[in-house]
Amino acid sequence: MRRLSFFLLPALLCLTGCQEETQVEKANREGILIIGNANEPKGLDSQIVTGVLESNIMRALFEGLVSDHPTEDATAMPAGAEVLEPDATATVWTAKLRQNAKWSDGTPVTAHDYAFAYQRILEPEFAAKYAEMLYFLKNADRFNQSKKGEILFVVNQDPVVPSDLVAKINFGGDSKVDLEPLGEEPQWETLADDSQRSLFLKHKGLDKFSKEQLEWISQDLERFEWPAEAVDGMAKHIVERLIQISGTHLWEMSKVGVEVIDDFTLKLTLRGPTPYFQQILKHYTWNPVPRHVVLKHGTMTQKGNPWSKLGNIVSNGPYQLKSWRRTDHLEVERNPHYWNASQVTLNGVRFLPINNSYTEARMFRDGQMHITYTAPPEIVDLMQKENPKVLRQEPYVGTIFIRCNTKREVLKDVRVRRALNLSFNQQEICDKIMRGYKPAYGMTPPMAGYDTPHAVAYNPEEARRLLAEAGYPGGKGFPRLKYLLASRETSATVAQAIQAMWRKELGIEIEIENKEWTAYLAAMQDFNYDLAFSGWIGDYLDPLTFLEMWTDGNGNNLTGWSNPKFEDFLKQSHQEADAAKRYALLREAESVMTAEAPTLLLAWYARNYLMDPAVEGWHPLLLDNHPYDVLRLRTTK
Amino acid sequence: MARIILSRLFQGLLTLFVLVTITFFLVRMMPGSPYTDEKALPAHILEQLKIQMGLDKPLPVQYGIYFKNLIFQQELGPLIRKDGVYVGEIIAESFPVSALLGVFSIGIALIIGIPAGIIAAVKKNGPLDYACLAAAMTGICLPSFVIGPLLAVFAGLGLKSLNVAGWNSPADWILPAVTLGMVNAAYLARLTRGGMLDVLNQDYIRTAKAKGVPGFQIVVKHALRGGLIPAVAYVGPAFAGMISGSFVIETIFQVPGMGQHFVNATTDREYFLIQGLVLFYGFLIVGANLLSDLAQIALNPRLRAAA
Repeated sequence: MRRLSFFLLPALLCLTGCQEETQVEKANREGILIIGNANEPKGLDSQIVTGVLESNIMRALFEGLVSDHPTEDATAMPAGAEVLEPDATATVWTAKLRQNAKWSDGTPVTAHDYAFAYQRILEPEFAAKYAEMLYFLKNADRFNQSKKGEILFVVNQDPVVPSDLVAKINFGGDSKVDLEPLGEEPQWETLADDSQRSLFLKHKGLDKFSKEQLEWISQDLERFEWPAEAVDGMAKHIVERLIQISGTHLWEMSKVGVEVIDDFTLKLTLRGPTPYFQQILKHYTWNPVPRHVVLKHGTMTQKGNPWSKLGNIVSNGPYQLKSWRRTDHLEVERNPHYWNASQVTLNGVRFLPINNSYTEARMFRDGQMHITYTAPPEIVDLMQKENPKVLRQEPYVGTIFIRCNTKREVLKDVRVRRALNLSFNQQEICDKIMRGYKPAYGMTPPMAGYDTPHAVAYNPEEARRLLAEAGYPGGKGFPRLKYLLASRETSATVAQAIQAMWRKELGIEIEIENKEWTAYLAAMQDFNYDLAFSGWIGDYLDPLTFLEMWTDGNGNNLTGWSNPKFEDFLKQSHQEADAAKRYALLREAESVMTAEAPTLLLAWYARNYLMDPAVEGWHPLLLDNHPYDVLRLRTTK
Repeated sequence: MARIILSRLFQGLLTLFVLVTITFFLVRMMPGSPYTDEKALPAHILEQLKIQMGLDKPLPVQYGIYFKNLIFQQELGPLIRKDGVYVGEIIAESFPVSALLGVFSIGIALIIGIPAGIIAAVKKNGPLDYACLAAAMTGICLPSFVIGPLLAVFAGLGLKSLNVAGWNSPADWILPAVTLGMVNAAYLARLTRGGMLDVLNQDYIRTAKAKGVPGFQIVVKHALRGGLIPAVAYVGPAFAGMISGSFVIETIFQVPGMGQHFVNATTDREYFLIQGLVLFYGFLIVGANLLSDLAQIALNPRLRAAA
């Protein structure tokens, strides 16, 4: 036994560990790119997933009407569509599809696949988390939100009900109605009293009524609260129309702006002029899905439809799924039916779901991957000294900021918020903690053609003046605020730096509250915070992706701040076809927002990562969406 | 014997029931939900998603449905954030990996721990005993999340032939298995030493020595069976513990086992996956304890007589 223990381990080490070639060297020889991809993908159905790491895989498997350019952020490459033409107002776009585009099983990709995909993601029953990305299509939001009233009486221009009356009728429900008198979790079936039922329906809104509920109202129209203009006949007509369509499918009636002209021609009508539509189309939510495969394995809206599982999935991108072992790897290989297959250089891409940046760095140094997802600050320093060739520091379209809960008394005062923003040194934080990040002077990070308004610059003197004006000279009487963050290394260090700077410059004390990721998000969404370290990554290359979230009621606003002037500029921009004028409107909107500082601007994102010199054709891109088909691997042995 | 098995089975079932019930309510008390994401979901989407998963129903109803599905359909439920994936599927995929890691680790623990314990006992109070004790204490005191990264750094920088993470070839098993095995080897060495010392002090061993039986034979033939009882009692639960407690190791070395799923499930608030994994781990530990009890009965004549 003793001898065995002495010899077995070294023997095992020798026998099993004799690998002369590293994984990267082997992969270079085989033409397989190995990429760190942070975590396990939630799935491969581009209409269900929502994350950046999934989008990295989607880009290999699927292709939309246009695709990313390998070197230029603002350019879209023709992909599924050979030609994509807007009308004069950039509101109607016609796509002539590539006739030789095929799914990986050899079936042609047609306009029907795109139309099917767009309907599927917008189907209310399907409940796609990212359906909002398709709200650029005319009436898509109404259909997705089941706004039956608007669809029936506005979209279809009902002769009996004037459209301005529709806005006054309670179609959407009133969430502010107090349901407490009905007890916990009230159910229609258990409510016997007429007034209770009316209260319940007022909360729900006409759009969500069941046939039974509508019939109950039609028996006595007074049971529902109608605006004065809705005379009896009109109310009766509304209820009867709703009963009539109860159970019918709303897609056709909604007139969503998707039209199949023929097998290879698709017409998209948008909610308004959208000259930047090609940027939007790059997003994976606009990818087609193989209608024949989805329907083979289930129904259009079926959750859990196994069409996208290994063995079932077919794709139309340069690659197809080869293997997938959860929490280990996902690998794609060449799609022989891809229309541009002869130009694809890599034989495959292997994605590794490593969520620990230190493990990733170790694996990189051990020759186990070509590109890491990220690099911890310590590694950045080390690599700068040891091997600067492999360190990549590139701008990324994202902003780091601190949300202010403007429902808190002290943070209601814009002078306080401005004072807080002007009194920490962004440059110092970027230089010493957030390596490669740039001080943010606006919400929108730099992007071609858009001139971000200069809203903040480190100015402690002005900050002290503002704080004194707000009633807290030298920080006297200022309440001890809590600064919420998720338990991640860098954000904690940043918090400590800001804490020290506020103490020094303003004489105020804050308390750092570190929570686990989901608990942190929950606290922010429940408005259970004072200040919260936050960030936002753009979905597409347009300022709108950084501005739209600050509208009233937007689920991502989470500051309690709103401003009608800001929203008015945004609305105007939706109707502006001229790109320069549109940017000017967005700039006005951003100026309004940043002047009121519902968020304290901190830094613009950068991507720090490691890349093996064997990878060629990988260029810095603001959205970090690198097309894989143009990459090459240099064989080192 | 049958009475003991039945009694243990009943206790096990009761334990599992309590475990699942507590987990069910505890996970729902965690802040946030499976739908809490960086990008907030629109209310109408959230409502529909909850309906799809039955999470719109009152908690007691959800609890009833969970148990109904568990008992009558042996269904552990779906993943909430991953469409079309089921808890059973995750366990079926990842358990073999965790089990393999567990077997390999326990093998390493046995190969190192048992001989070290025997040597320490035989050479009691000698330099070899002290060396073994010191090594064992170090193994016990150093947590696996310290040993793991140290080994990974050593392997990555020093032993170029071993991958620092991944699960692609048998070579990749070595580092995580050694990390897990070392801690258990230390416990096993101490338990074996104690057990062996107990037995070596017995009268019948003294008699054997007086009769001139060679030392090696005394240890192997007469002392080992009794001396290993504490170690055997430890091995079963330790094996289950290795499978269920290797979260950190699996994360450090990127082992695609159940541990990584458990860690991710907790962060993602994957209610059904957390419940399913807890139930499965509970089942393993209850089972391992039962087997360990049976092994002790088989080794110990006194227990056998009592059974």
